Amino acid sequence: MDLEREFERVVAAEHRVEPRDWMPDGYRKTLVRQIAQHAHSEIIGMQPEGNWIGRAPSLRRKAILLAKVQDEAGHGLYLYAAAETLGADRAELTRNLVEGRQKYSSIFNYPTLTFADVGVIGWLVDGAAICNQVPLCRTSYGPYARAMIRVCKEESFHQRQGYELLMTMMRGTPAQREMVQDAVDRWWWPSLMMFGPPDAESANTEQSMRWRIKRHTNDELRQRFVDMTVPQAERLGVTLPDPALAWNAERGHHDFGEIDWAEFWRVVKGDGPCNAERVAHRRQAHEDGAWVREAAAAYAAKKRERAV
Amino acid sequence: MTDASWPLYEVFVRGKRGLNHVHVGSLHAPDDEMALRNARDLYTRRNEGVSIWVVRADAITASSPDEKDPFFAPSGDKVYRHPTFYAIPDDVPHL
Repeated sequence: MDLEREFERVVAAEHRVEPRDWMPDGYRKTLVRQIAQHAHSEIIGMQPEGNWIGRAPSLRRKAILLAKVQDEAGHGLYLYAAAETLGADRAELTRNLVEGRQKYSSIFNYPTLTFADVGVIGWLVDGAAICNQVPLCRTSYGPYARAMIRVCKEESFHQRQGYELLMTMMRGTPAQREMVQDAVDRWWWPSLMMFGPPDAESANTEQSMRWRIKRHTNDELRQRFVDMTVPQAERLGVTLPDPALAWNAERGHHDFGEIDWAEFWRVVKGDGPCNAERVAHRRQAHEDGAWVREAAAAYAAKKRERAV
Repeated sequence: MTDASWPLYEVFVRGKRGLNHVHVGSLHAPDDEMALRNARDLYTRRNEGVSIWVVRADAITASSPDEKDPFFAPSGDKVYRHPTFYAIPDDVPHL
């Protein structure tokens, strides 16, 4: 078919696909699913850190954390807007999230037990997110790529504030240093899982790479993250909880231990420490906000009437 | 559960004085005024703009990608509209 050939030519030539262009159904569906999941992750991602806003140890840390959580909300909205250019309905996307029909990144189903978790999330979780997201700035669908450029600019602040927070704690008391190490121990493996299942088991990777939605495989990005993080951990003075972690001069990369994929799938399928709580909280916030949405709509309607 | 049926707005931001407004994305809002405020909070959290336009998405008329070729064809064969069409000897200064 001509349209399909033209689409494939555009994509192969590294041109961008724009909202009203013809595109294969599978491309549209894959993108809506991926962008929606990505948007949901940003929105749910507000919760673990939001948990610490009221208990941040200083006004400076509180202002930083507020700005960061506000950014996550913004990232969610950029991405919902991108999904809508593909014909997705915003209200339906929210319903899909609160009714559990669409997923979000499993990393947010782990709890934030201490303030050090705020730092480790910035460093490791946002660091992993940056590894995933930088190549998405060149993804073939224009609105998604443009949203990611905006997101990536802001993520850099997130990662740096996290690392700075941890450096500050590492200069503190032995108890504070232990707190940082404990947070690293708990977040390291879930961070590695953020890149998704191993390439051999990743159902969507091959087609997504052909469509230039994805640029690198899960395992490539995971390796890049490990290589980037090891020297940062050394500089910080923490130990990454993996006895198998070692530089492999032959490969020019770090070797690392086997990920607990059973845990990964358990959390993806809904049985993580906080899955139910996260969705319930989002649903509650959405329901509690209903009167605001209704009032604003009523006020807009009244103003329109008076204007006539 | 109530679903918001707020209309969609497209957002345009002037990055600094002297530049055009550029499309940055979209958002939902109950009315024009709230659209502007939401746009400020969403798209200019880091001094990205000095001026914002919002316009309801359904008020925009756009050319269709299906007709892209015929629609833009009239300018396709008018090479004489470009300065490079004209051969001027290298030794003519300032031209």
